[in-house]
Amino acid sequence: MSDLPLTKNINGKTPTDLTQYEATGGYVATRQAVGAMDPDALLEIIKDSNLRGRGGAGFPTGMKWSFVPKPGSRAAGEGHRYLVANADEMEPGTFKDRLLMEQDPHQLIEGMILAAYTISADIGYIFIRHEYHVAIARLREALAAAEASNYLGAHICGSDFSFRLHVHVSAGRYICGEETALLNALEGKRAIPRAKPPFPQVSGLWGRPTIVNNVETLCNIPHIVAHGADWFRSLGRGKDSGTKLFGASGRVARPGCWELPMGTPIREILEEQAGGMAAGYQLKGFLPGGASTDFLLPEHLDLPMDYEPVMQAGSRMGTGTMIILDDRSCPLGMIANLEKFFARESCGFCTPCREGLAWVQQILDSMEAGAGRPEDLRLLEDQAEFIGAIGNTHCAHAPGAIEPLASGLKYFADDFKAHIDGKGCPYKQGAN
Amino acid sequence: MPVLIVDGKELPGKAGTNVLEALLSAGVDMPYFCWHPAMGSVGACRQCALLQYANDEDSHGKIVMSCMTPVTDGARFSVSADRASGFRRAVIENLMLNHPHDCPVCEEGGECHLQDMTVMVGHRDRRYQGRKTTFKNQYLGPFIGHEMNRCITCYRCVRFYQDYAGGNDLNAFGSRDRIFFGRAESGVLENEFAGNLVEVCPTGVFTDKTLAKNYTRKWDLQSSPTICQGCSIGCNTYTSERYGQLCRVHNRYHQDINGYFLCDRGRFGAQHVNSPARIPQPGIRNEEGKYDPLSLDDAKAKVRDFIQHSSRTIGIGSPRASLEANQALRQLVGAGNYSNGMSRNEQVMHQIILDVLASGMKTPTLAEVAEFDAILVLGEDATNHAPLLALSIRQAVRNRSKEMAGDTDIAEWHDAAVRELAQDALSPLVIATPMPDRLDDVASQSLRLAPEEIVALSTEVSMYLSAGSESTASQASSVAQGLAELLRDARRPLIVSGTSLGDINIMRATVNLSLALQAVNPEAGILLAADECNSVGMAMLDNRLSVEELVDRTPETMIVLENDLESRLGAEFAKKMSAVRHLVVLDYLDNATVSVANILLPAASFAEAEGTFINFEGRAQRNLAVFLPQGSIAPSYYLLSTLNDDCLNDSFNDSLNNSTESVSSSHQARVQTIIESIRDEFSPLKRIDECAPDADFLVLGSKIPRMTHRASGRTAMQAEVSVHEPKQPVDTESALAFTMEGNQQQAPASLRSYVWSPGWNSNQSIYKFQTEVGGADTMGNPGVRLLQGDAMPAPFTIAPTTAAQISTGPRFVAQHHIFGSDPVSSQAQELSTRIPTPYVRMNTETATTLGVSGGDGLACQLPHKRIELSVILDDDVAAHCLVYPKLVQTIGLADVAPGDLQRIAGWQGPKDPLKPNLILTDRTG
Repeated sequence: MSDLPLTKNINGKTPTDLTQYEATGGYVATRQAVGAMDPDALLEIIKDSNLRGRGGAGFPTGMKWSFVPKPGSRAAGEGHRYLVANADEMEPGTFKDRLLMEQDPHQLIEGMILAAYTISADIGYIFIRHEYHVAIARLREALAAAEASNYLGAHICGSDFSFRLHVHVSAGRYICGEETALLNALEGKRAIPRAKPPFPQVSGLWGRPTIVNNVETLCNIPHIVAHGADWFRSLGRGKDSGTKLFGASGRVARPGCWELPMGTPIREILEEQAGGMAAGYQLKGFLPGGASTDFLLPEHLDLPMDYEPVMQAGSRMGTGTMIILDDRSCPLGMIANLEKFFARESCGFCTPCREGLAWVQQILDSMEAGAGRPEDLRLLEDQAEFIGAIGNTHCAHAPGAIEPLASGLKYFADDFKAHIDGKGCPYKQGAN
Repeated sequence: MPVLIVDGKELPGKAGTNVLEALLSAGVDMPYFCWHPAMGSVGACRQCALLQYANDEDSHGKIVMSCMTPVTDGARFSVSADRASGFRRAVIENLMLNHPHDCPVCEEGGECHLQDMTVMVGHRDRRYQGRKTTFKNQYLGPFIGHEMNRCITCYRCVRFYQDYAGGNDLNAFGSRDRIFFGRAESGVLENEFAGNLVEVCPTGVFTDKTLAKNYTRKWDLQSSPTICQGCSIGCNTYTSERYGQLCRVHNRYHQDINGYFLCDRGRFGAQHVNSPARIPQPGIRNEEGKYDPLSLDDAKAKVRDFIQHSSRTIGIGSPRASLEANQALRQLVGAGNYSNGMSRNEQVMHQIILDVLASGMKTPTLAEVAEFDAILVLGEDATNHAPLLALSIRQAVRNRSKEMAGDTDIAEWHDAAVRELAQDALSPLVIATPMPDRLDDVASQSLRLAPEEIVALSTEVSMYLSAGSESTASQASSVAQGLAELLRDARRPLIVSGTSLGDINIMRATVNLSLALQAVNPEAGILLAADECNSVGMAMLDNRLSVEELVDRTPETMIVLENDLESRLGAEFAKKMSAVRHLVVLDYLDNATVSVANILLPAASFAEAEGTFINFEGRAQRNLAVFLPQGSIAPSYYLLSTLNDDCLNDSFNDSLNNSTESVSSSHQARVQTIIESIRDEFSPLKRIDECAPDADFLVLGSKIPRMTHRASGRTAMQAEVSVHEPKQPVDTESALAFTMEGNQQQAPASLRSYVWSPGWNSNQSIYKFQTEVGGADTMGNPGVRLLQGDAMPAPFTIAPTTAAQISTGPRFVAQHHIFGSDPVSSQAQELSTRIPTPYVRMNTETATTLGVSGGDGLACQLPHKRIELSVILDDDVAAHCLVYPKLVQTIGLADVAPGDLQRIAGWQGPKDPLKPNLILTDRTG
């Protein structure tokens, strides 16, 4: 029983194959549960474990699964039921799922088998961005091995349960990480998010009950099933359960990705794992959970990386992979860069996102170029308010996209003002 | 009924609808773009935002989209809160970033929903400093212009085109703020309902090219409520004019018929009014066969002379002319010498329609078609023959998805979600036709059968339904059994047929099947599409003598009213016509009959003449003149009735203006006299005067204006003649006036000549005239359904068709084409480019029998013309059927024996005869 279950097989060199995976307890949970356990009992374990989605929103996984209509009910209708792994990891600064898929693909496959069994799904897809070609090859290899060993396909492990799993290589758009845009893309449609409700649990892939989970979320399932909810809850240092892959990028001494207990303080991640700031750089701020989260400041370093404390501090834990802003990089430049990315990745469906982000990008670019006007600050604030709230837009893309800007306006007001007053970027001019 | 609380006031809502619909139904000025009353909500534009409060204590509220929020009892909202109105203003500000400032040169200007909404939210100052996005526009065919820079990305166009109308060549491309709506490459938009993009688009991206030719702002158009002449559906339209030219046709909402949409034949075919082939003045044929112009008085005197000195004068009416014109003709020649202008075959078919409408069978309106959950189409090519029927059937097959949505608690208006849930699950639609049908893509089963096989199948299904015993059951084919059970077990099954194949037995078999079905499933309906805009009216007026019978009575003088007898009865018949000593023809467009007339009288088109038309469901509707005919052109009813009552002297226009003094006293509108004579003579037609108020009708002491109150430049229109404003022409024939003075807002729907409401300059203002969104007209739906009854008709006896009797030789089957088969709309210049070139379509086996292959040419020689046909091989055509398009060029082909077709050596026909070769002169892309 490892304290770091997700990466226990990962040595950073050779990926785990089926034999090695089985040797460290892999597929034990599958053999024990599939056909033998009541899916409802499995669901209870997942609920009890308090596992929360690792894709960014942190929604309780067991609760998400419980919304899938039971087979045979009126709302369930007739036909296939789907499980989809969201492996479209495109959040800037986030590379945790890549590690899991490249190094230990069977862990994800087993998680999907168990999840599919719990929600009575018969078809699964791993929706993966095409840039992850190493992961794609390794997943395909692992799928074939799992099928050959009857962990996948018809009558898994001699049971009545059948589950076919496919790797779907996406053409790649950031918005495909939004679960309903992902489903549309998987159906061959434009990758536009859907209005919710109805949620995918009721009407998902091809209008059928569907669960979409992040890769890391699914990777936790075999361990929870094998070792129990109590064990999983005990892994966390704070209120939240289990471990998490945390990462740090930017000017730290050792950028990387590490599995740590939930609730590990940010300072510990930054100083002990990432080795502190690179020589000659000071911490100015950081995005705690990927590009679409609000900035936090050095004063927030002692926050534990748990969902609620980070939210109370005005940001989100997101994917748990931090992007560090140092004192010699221009915050406005960083924000402009991010907003350019988000404006480009807008699907173009709703007005605030499609037009609003492009406008924000245009204003930030003009500020960087020295053409900023004092009234632009008011404009940015107006746009941040217009775009910023969930519900104002069709999906969560634009509200997430605007978080670095909204928090940047609050924390780095002086930098914005300096750009306008100095007619250009003070960092480039070396004025600071 | 759920009650919403909006800004502290109670507002009635309706379960199953959304908050935007509730607000609009209550008359609230709520801005929106992407929501459409017929297409539901998707939440793209975010314009209809308001605040929703969680409970009574919540004073902050949350921004929600009213179109995406279901009506729930007691829910609290604020439309006027600063945050809500600020958000709506921000949406417009952001939509305007890339919108060009080209309103002054934009066709949409003045009736632009985007302009209206911009003014409504109060956005004024521009804060955006960046560059505007620019796109390349595309050539989309002769009907629709494309200016993508004006796009606000509401997705309405693709939702209408793909989801509602079943088109697949208009798409959204790209992403972010560079979404492009258009085709994969420049080219003609293929869908038959593409013209609706002009009205569906809230701004000026898709514009009406026919309007652009005679461009006039909405406020300067003179309009009237008209009835589409394109087919038997009787869609309600607004037709508009300026400077004596028809400018455009727009949809006129009718809850029971066309709803919000028109077909392209109706919308663009009306341009025939401007055709160079219009007959401008009376003419008399000289020895060389050419026409010498004649004054109207002289022409009438000649005709009177013919009538007086002829042993027999007959009158051939027309199912495309008004009841009034036909009645005037009938009164002129006497009932015994009048035919309604239909062939024997047509008369029998339309008598069947009449009998069904007057029976106790369930005959749905077009809107009700969408409520049926299983449809069988027998031989009716709805898309080409009665296009809006096809659009309704396309919505009906979605009933399955609505059921599924109900099971999953998804609201019907949540359009994208319903479509996602249902995927391709559709209610059953079975189509039995000889040739591929445009609705095949949504059909659960398509049967390719020759006409007599359709009759046989239908008979088999009826027998299976009425026998209900094992003995018959075992004899029925599995196809027939499947159909019978499908119809019997459906909640509401509908059988659709009509006159499109010209086959009486198909219609009889349809009636028999419906009777058998109604006996086992009382909810079953029957819909029979008629042929022309007034075919049912003609059957009701006087269906006794067919054209053939009457012409056989050796008349000396024959008066033909708006009817090309050659295209109706073939070239053989035309010979008989030329044997008549005096042939008098009233028409507005040149045709074969016109070309052999001795005296030609210039009739007014639908846009210049009042008239009553009865559609396929027996609904009488009044068409009102848009503008005065020019010169000596006059409404047919006027020409004929003045022949009758010795009224010499004047043109129609003068007659109107000279009679003004007596409006209040003795004068009665001439058309009204005829309407009253119809009403008094024919009891089934006794309610026709209810379909619109007569000429004496006033609102607040005034007639109803045809022009908007903002009409400009009226005084300048004839400035080259005189700078003094001329007296406006007087209209003593209808309740409308050629003026901008008067009260349009309070006009009954049958007299409303445009929709406009303060702040709502576009056609979106229609909701201000509805009792609720998508509901009845506040002033009552126009028109009156004349026929209903309780009795069930007796089933027809159809000679049983055995396999041996079904002919196995090749035989011709004429197919209607939305563009080309209607001789009137085909003369609209823009439409003419969409008419297919003559072809003959057959399956490979039939082609082998005839010894031809695909791409060959076949020809036949008729007495006065040669017909050449491109051979198209299509294994989706029923065996032995030679399908050819019903066009002017193919008139007479029905009389040719297929064996007489000659293969043309070295034929170089058009590449794709179904798609005409357009000359891309106006290509801009």
